[in-house]
Amino acid sequence: MSDKVTNILLVGVGGQGILLAAEVLSETFLLAGYDVKKSEIHGMSQRGGSVVSHVRYGKEVFSPIVPEGEGDLLFGFELMESYRCLGLLRPGATVVVNDLCIAPPAVLMGHEAYPENLEAKIAERFPDLILVDGQKVAIEAGNARTANTVLLGAVSKRLNIEEKYWLEAIERMVPKKALEVNLKAFAAGRALA
Amino acid sequence: MKEILSGNEAIARGAYEAGVKVACAYPGTPSTEILENIVKFPEVNSSWATNEKVALEVGIGASFGGARSIVTMKHVGVNVAADPLFTLSYTGVGANGGLVLVTADDPELHSSQNEQDNRNYAKFAKVPMLEPSDSQECLDFTKLAFEISERYDTPVFLRTTTRISHSKSVVELGERVTGLPEPKLVKDPAKYVMLPGNARGRHYVVEERTVQLSQDGCSMPLNRSELRDRKIGVITAGVSYQYVREVLPEASVLKLGMVHPLPHQLIRDFAAQVETLYVVEELDPFIEEQVKAMGIKVIGKEILPICGELTPGRLRRSFGLPEEEETQVEKLPGRPPNMCPGCPHRGVFFTLNKLRAYVSGDIGCYTLGFMPPLSAMDTCICMGASIGMATGAVKVLPPEERKKVVAVIGDSTFLHTGVNGLMDMVYNQGAATVIILDNRITAMTGRQDNPASGHTLMNQPSEAIDLPLLCKAIGVKNVRTINPLDLAECEKVIREEMERPETSVIITDKPCVLIKRDGVFEPGAVLEVHSENCTGCRACLKIGCPAIEWVPSSGKRGQAHIDPLLCNGCDVCSQLCKFSAIQEAKK
Repeated sequence: MSDKVTNILLVGVGGQGILLAAEVLSETFLLAGYDVKKSEIHGMSQRGGSVVSHVRYGKEVFSPIVPEGEGDLLFGFELMESYRCLGLLRPGATVVVNDLCIAPPAVLMGHEAYPENLEAKIAERFPDLILVDGQKVAIEAGNARTANTVLLGAVSKRLNIEEKYWLEAIERMVPKKALEVNLKAFAAGRALA
Repeated sequence: MKEILSGNEAIARGAYEAGVKVACAYPGTPSTEILENIVKFPEVNSSWATNEKVALEVGIGASFGGARSIVTMKHVGVNVAADPLFTLSYTGVGANGGLVLVTADDPELHSSQNEQDNRNYAKFAKVPMLEPSDSQECLDFTKLAFEISERYDTPVFLRTTTRISHSKSVVELGERVTGLPEPKLVKDPAKYVMLPGNARGRHYVVEERTVQLSQDGCSMPLNRSELRDRKIGVITAGVSYQYVREVLPEASVLKLGMVHPLPHQLIRDFAAQVETLYVVEELDPFIEEQVKAMGIKVIGKEILPICGELTPGRLRRSFGLPEEEETQVEKLPGRPPNMCPGCPHRGVFFTLNKLRAYVSGDIGCYTLGFMPPLSAMDTCICMGASIGMATGAVKVLPPEERKKVVAVIGDSTFLHTGVNGLMDMVYNQGAATVIILDNRITAMTGRQDNPASGHTLMNQPSEAIDLPLLCKAIGVKNVRTINPLDLAECEKVIREEMERPETSVIITDKPCVLIKRDGVFEPGAVLEVHSENCTGCRACLKIGCPAIEWVPSSGKRGQAHIDPLLCNGCDVCSQLCKFSAIQEAKK
């Protein structure tokens, strides 16, 4: 086991299920025998605001938040929020991002425009970019509501953790009746990265 | 057994393991989840109090009755609970009735109106304070706090910050302690009746206790000296300890688990062993000033920020360490929090904006009425302040200005401390309008029940306070209930009451859309925009509903679109449309 701590940032919009995804990541790393810390801000962010969750794992983790400029992997649930957080990443970091745009209030009201070409702008700075149409792949895999699990599958491929721990964590965290569709969605996501 | 727990979950677990019998709180970010987790243990009587002062008094009663009790609140909640706290310090706790008061501070103001450093309360009230730096310590220190409370006959503070409360880390669980003595009544007036004659003597006890704790703290394992490279020595506590270990892995560290009273001899010994001594702490120079007062040379706020929370990057910068060049991105549209689609507050704030009211605001989801396009809040100070401040404003304003003053307050905040303000307004004949936004829940902190919702924290049915009757009982002659989703009714009633030269109360009667309990919130029919009728006038955008999107490419000059997955069918937008373009969606 290497001493180096791996830093993951999960970003998106309140209500997208980011906190639950961060729970699954943390559980996986615990099962794989690592020390884990996870941090996020509740409260106001639940009302449709920006959400950032930090997950760190390694032999021994100190800070619960990812040191600025040391993020190894960005797990983005929405394009603009992912782009907004690029400053937290180290050069050469991996970006796995959902191909989804959610308009913030100023855009909904027609006062500002949603930024364009975000995929290209991210790829220019972070070439290891995996853009996943979570919703589309989830529908193909059988259930539109498993988009986050598809993304998780793609993320899992870029982290050096045995697949069995991911499956065990999903089994623990997902309700029984939704387990099968989630495992399918996870496999579909894994196949993408 | 190992689990990943948040600081709040770990405190709840620690309280359970410590044999706590009573847990009481008023919700407040970042402390709320402590009680929401303690209530999962049926052995503990858990309850939401009407406010933090009452919560602490309930805890004191349980302690004097001989049971361990825990009381939790956010940092500003301690301001409300300060009155019993300072005298509780004198009485000490009941026999076998340890009392732990959790203060969850919020450096960076993630969800608060100020970033006060409540370590000052420990020194001010002369109450020991423990400060955990991860979830394992949250659990361990909670148990330890009860032992210290009973051994030294004192309430004990447990202080967290947002990054401790809401961060998760690995925790080893233990078992609940058994065999604690059964609660019983003990009469000891000299200790528990704080008349001057008794309290004078207790003050000496408090001062001796503090000196004793400062000495004993030098050998308590929760204060520990970690000697590594002697060039740099850092005194630190709480989450700052983690940042120090992250950024200065070679430095020697004196990690304080008890931040009040400070272990003076331990600090002197540590200072003597290192070349340059630093204190790394968030917010106030609380430890630093005391170390300086001991005559020890130390560097602190000369290099560290006093405002905001620390981060590894900020600490790095303070110590002049090299940093990675940050990837720059251009300014992006912000994504502030917003009221939910169908929120019953939206129409009220739209109306207040339209009537050009001066809105004396309060604390809750409705504080978001400040945000554009509603832009209808002029003040926000603390829980319950809206009503008293409205009373003060109308005392000084000329008659035409006076009419504009409207206080807005939620049901939970009204019952917290607002009702006292209303009694004062009526008693002193304040001519302002008060709107109680009764959505049947404490929404902002995540839907906690309150005395007006008819249910307790332990999910028992309870008598729901009748707000109109309460207002009438304290002497308000003009009490009107309105449907906040009916804009015409809102405007008519609010306008009439603003004109009235005496106290009036308007109560809205629609529930929070997030309430999950059956039969409380029922969504209306989903709406849609008929593009053949939509002229692109943008009237529907004036309420800032997240379900309504402006599509510039649609129609001649752009048109509105309603997201059917987000719409809760409140119908407020359709009342703004003069062209009947917003109608029930075809199924």
